[in-house]
Parts: sequence; structure tokens; C-alpha cells
Amino acid sequence: MSDYILAELCAVACAEAWRGDGEILASPIGLIPTLGARLAKATFAPDLLITDGISRVVADTLPMGARATDHVIEGWIPYRSIFDVVWSGRRHVMMGASQIDRFGNQNIACIGDWNRPKSQLIGVRGAPGNTINHPTSYWIPNHSTRSFVAAVDVVCGVGYDRARALGPVASRFHEIRRVVSNLGVFDFETPDHAMRVRSLHPGVKLEDVVKATGFALVIPESVETTRAPTPEELRLIREVIDATGSARRELP
Amino acid sequence: MADKRMTEEDVVGQLRDGMTIGIGGWGSRRKPMSMVRAILRSPLRDLTVVSYGGPDVGLLCAAGKVKKAIYGFVSLDSIPLEPHFRAARQGGTIETLELDEGMFQWGLYAASLRLPFLPTRAGMGSDLLKHQPSLRTVRSPYDDGEELVAVPAIQLDAALIHMNRADAAGNGQYLGPDAYFDDLFCMAATKRFMSCERVVPTSELLREGSFHTLRIQRMMVDGVVEAPFGAHFTSCEPDYDRDEAFQREYAATAASPEAWQAFRAKYLDLDNLDDYRKVAVKR
Repeated sequence: MSDYILAELCAVACAEAWRGDGEILASPIGLIPTLGARLAKATFAPDLLITDGISRVVADTLPMGARATDHVIEGWIPYRSIFDVVWSGRRHVMMGASQIDRFGNQNIACIGDWNRPKSQLIGVRGAPGNTINHPTSYWIPNHSTRSFVAAVDVVCGVGYDRARALGPVASRFHEIRRVVSNLGVFDFETPDHAMRVRSLHPGVKLEDVVKATGFALVIPESVETTRAPTPEELRLIREVIDATGSARRELP
Repeated sequence: MADKRMTEEDVVGQLRDGMTIGIGGWGSRRKPMSMVRAILRSPLRDLTVVSYGGPDVGLLCAAGKVKKAIYGFVSLDSIPLEPHFRAARQGGTIETLELDEGMFQWGLYAASLRLPFLPTRAGMGSDLLKHQPSLRTVRSPYDDGEELVAVPAIQLDAALIHMNRADAAGNGQYLGPDAYFDDLFCMAATKRFMSCERVVPTSELLREGSFHTLRIQRMMVDGVVEAPFGAHFTSCEPDYDRDEAFQREYAATAASPEAWQAFRAKYLDLDNLDDYRKVAVKR
């Protein structure tokens, strides 16, 4: 990695999650996913709807930290409308995950016993409703056996094994599209939807990822390398979307 | 039209131990903080607090007012985890009903419509049902036969909300980017109390916003409290942004009982809003 940094690579990997989604609401949670979603819309996914993170849908490219009112506002999706959008399926969210397991079950609620947790986290938020209603991806900046675990303490976001157990009717809108970490990109495009290595970031060794993962990853015969940002993507990141570097500082 | 103006102390006077109280706003945004502080100063106890939670939940937990919290999350937004709520959970001092954010809306909506429950797919397959047996499912009576979560109505004894403007009769207006679920909190509650930045004559409500911003109707409100900076330190756009420095000071008080007591004495125990503003609001 000579002419770009890890944060830029990860932002592009996040952007790729929304490729081909067409005219739906892209909801990135967190800085790198937000950078990624705005980059996707500015390049290969122009039909995406993206908000300022509050309620205004912004038609042009919104830089990190900029006010929507200084840009072209094309719509308004307040919280009162969000769950309508979620339950109608016209959305692809990228959330964080304190824990994720082999089938994509995600935890952001608490660590330890439900009734008296060792560590209370943010709460289930929208994870149950998101995952059962529309495509969901995850951004996990600290890939380790603490975040990629054999079993999550609380299933907030529903994984493939849980979805399968609900049967075909209840699980027909369920899809975990992509997991992006600081080490690589992962998907569930395997016969039983177990997590697979989709690509490793340049310079990352497969054995290091295996060691940092608390379950058996599916490893394809030849492992791809995560694609590098294009010169145009780097220009958009550095000069337009994240000129202040606020998003890129999320990763060392 | 009745003049429903009252003080925060009048509001507290209508609340009772053990009540279920809904608090409007979202995270650390447009929370009725002057009414929350009045509860905190009162002898009220054993409350069930229902909230898209922010510092309202944290403050009431820290003051020992909460028996049970019903929430989808509790967060300070710019500080993701609410430290006082965390302390209460990790100390095992409160009961909880944790819901998906959309389920939470459905619970308020069911109560608003006087229905026992509303069905949703949200929650199916998650651990919410496993850990909380009070949540039940229902099967579609139609050919699909799909099993869905039956979100129970969240009936509130009282609702507390904060608006930008209101008239004395209880018509309320939000001028910021989002009404959140404040109307649903009022619709789901027996007693409804609305604080606002400024009470204006009814004829002047449209000076600052279109009629679309008149989200709260007077039939949804029993009491109006004029409380300038009443949402401080949460945001109340466009009147003011979140007071991030104050929020950091608040969050830091979870580090020790001494820090909390000092914070409480300095800010929360002031029973006069003017005094609070002088000490707490840097302008």
C-alpha cells in the first residue's frame, strides 16, 4: 500500500457493498461506511438515496460534516418514516457489530448475562428489524477473536442460521451482503451461508485473519486481494468528501 | 380555548410513584430536560421510563428513580454509550424491556389506537423474544400463515415532550428537522405535558414554520410549560444545538459518586430555570 491508506481502501470496500442496489436508501452507520456510501453514490451507484444522517435526503455529494442545508435537498425521511422504508425493504444498511459469528448473527446490545450484563452496549437499535426486512452489511474496524466470535452473546441482527430456522416465508427478505473489516472483505456466498473470505486487504496474510477469527472461515481456493481505490476515488475522498480527514482518522 | 400553562412543579404534582412515563425526543435530541430535572428533584420513585433513550434515561437512573426502562437504545449520540444507564444495567438495579426501534414505535402506536398489539416481522429470529417472554408472536389468519411478533401496546400514564413553539392551549410546533415520535407519546398517554422554548399567541404560530410543523394538537395536551432552553443540553434545532461540552461534563460524572453528587448539586438541584440557565447554558 503505497499511494493510499487503509481507511481509504476500507471506504472503497464499504462502497462496493452498495454496488448494483439501484434506487434504494443507503444507510451507513459510522464514519468509514458513510464515506463509502457517499463515494458509491458519487461514482458507480448514482441512483442511491443518501441522507445527512438526520432526515434530509441530499441529491448532490455531501462532504463529511457539511450541512445538508448548504446542498441540494431532494427529500425528507424523518425517523417517523424510516421504519416504513425499512419494513418495505427499500434500504440497505451498513451497521457496526461488537460481535459477529459464522452465520452473520450480530450483537450490539450487551456482553454477558442479559439481566445483568458485564458490559451494556447501545441496545438492539434497529438491528432485528433491519436484518429481517432488507439487505444488511457490517463494518468492523477491529477484527479479532473478540469481535469475530464462535457465538454472539445476544442475537440482535439475525444471521443465516436463525433466518433459515424461521422458514422460507419469514426469511424471504433476509440477506447479509458483506462484512468489511480492517483485514478483509467477507460474504456468505457459500452453500450453507457460512462466512467466506471474499478478499484480503493488500499485505494481509490469510493465516493472520484465521488467527484473528473465532470460528472457521470458508476459504476459497484462491483468495482475491481487495481492490485498490482508483485515482478518481482517491481524488473524491481527499478533495471532496473527506477533505478534512475526519472519516479517515477512524483507522490508524 | 383553555389556558393550560403550568410549571414543571405542577407537572410533577400530577405524577405518582410507579407510573409509566414516556419521554419524547430521540437520543440526545429535543428532550424535555427541565421536566426531567423536576422529576429528579421530586420524591417520585419506582417509575417505568419509556424512551428512545438519551440523558433523560441516564439522569433518572443515576437519581434512583427508575424501576424499569423500556427502550430500543440509550445513547448520547456524540457519545455512543450512556454511562449512567450502563451503570444501572451493569449494577442490575433496573428491569428492562428492550425493543427494536421499529417495534418500539409500533408499541406506542398500538396504545395510541387502543389496540392490544400490532404485528411486525421485526424481532423474529432475534434474541429479544428469547430473553423477554412477555413478548409473544401471532400467526397470520390468512393463507400465508406467517408468524409475526405481536408488539404489545405500550400504554403510558404520562407523556413528557418538548417543542420549539406552542400556544397556551397546547398546540405544539417543531421547527427542527424531525418531529421524532412526540405525537405518538402524547396519543399513547393518559396525561400529556408539553414544554416549549416559547409560548406564542395562536395567531403567530405560522410566523416561523408552515402549518405542516404543527404536529401536536391541543386535544393531545393537558399542560403547557414555557421553558426556554428547556431541552438543554440536548439539541433543539433551530433554537440551539447540543451543548457538547456540557454533555461531556455530564458523562464524566459516571466515574464516581462524588462527581455525580457535585454535578447534581451544581446544576440539577436548581429548582429555578433562570438559575439553571445562568449556571449551565454558555451562550
